[in-house]
Amino acid sequence: MGLLDERDQTAVRKEFEKLTGPVKLVVFSQSLEAAELSRQNEELIKEVAELAPDAITVEMLNLAIDRERAERYGIERVPATVVEGARDYGIRFLGIPAGYEFANLIDSIIAVSSGTAALTQETQAALAELGGDVDIKVFSTPT
Amino acid sequence: MRLAQHMAIASDRVTATAIEATEFPDLSRSYRVSAVPKIVINDRVEFEGALPEPDFLGAVLRAVAPEA
Repeated sequence: MGLLDERDQTAVRKEFEKLTGPVKLVVFSQSLEAAELSRQNEELIKEVAELAPDAITVEMLNLAIDRERAERYGIERVPATVVEGARDYGIRFLGIPAGYEFANLIDSIIAVSSGTAALTQETQAALAELGGDVDIKVFSTPT
Repeated sequence: MRLAQHMAIASDRVTATAIEATEFPDLSRSYRVSAVPKIVINDRVEFEGALPEPDFLGAVLRAVAPEA
């Protein structure tokens, strides 16, 4: 029994028709810390990727072993998932992207596949002029 | 998270991290998360709830503005 039921799968498959390029989901886990959450996160990401196997690849890494990769991605905690398109845009999910965040995970996968931001011209123009780095953390709960 | 992740795509200077608050109680405590969604930008500007795009952008710009 998977984490996604048939209705979810159908809805996500339909959304994935919008994919326009390859996407890589890099999953960080650790068995000593957060073993069960890591396992569930791996399972969810695998199930999502299987809905568009031609476009989405998954790489499973271990926070304790793949330290260099973790450092490069700025990952210090698990479970964590990096959503990459043609390059790393800086999108990360800490914890299992279930419930409310699940829709954002799917949206981010589609957005990185094309590298196109769904923002107004005004917003994009302002972001192009940013005078410093911006780290945005969004805390949410599954329900 | 939606606006944040699109901003990350639009600019190399922006990173967006969704954090599942109940799985990371230590982070939730240090960022004083009492209602969700809670957005924290550069550990400097924070707000709760969804904002329209121009207001979200305003928060981002405040977070990189020089200290007054």
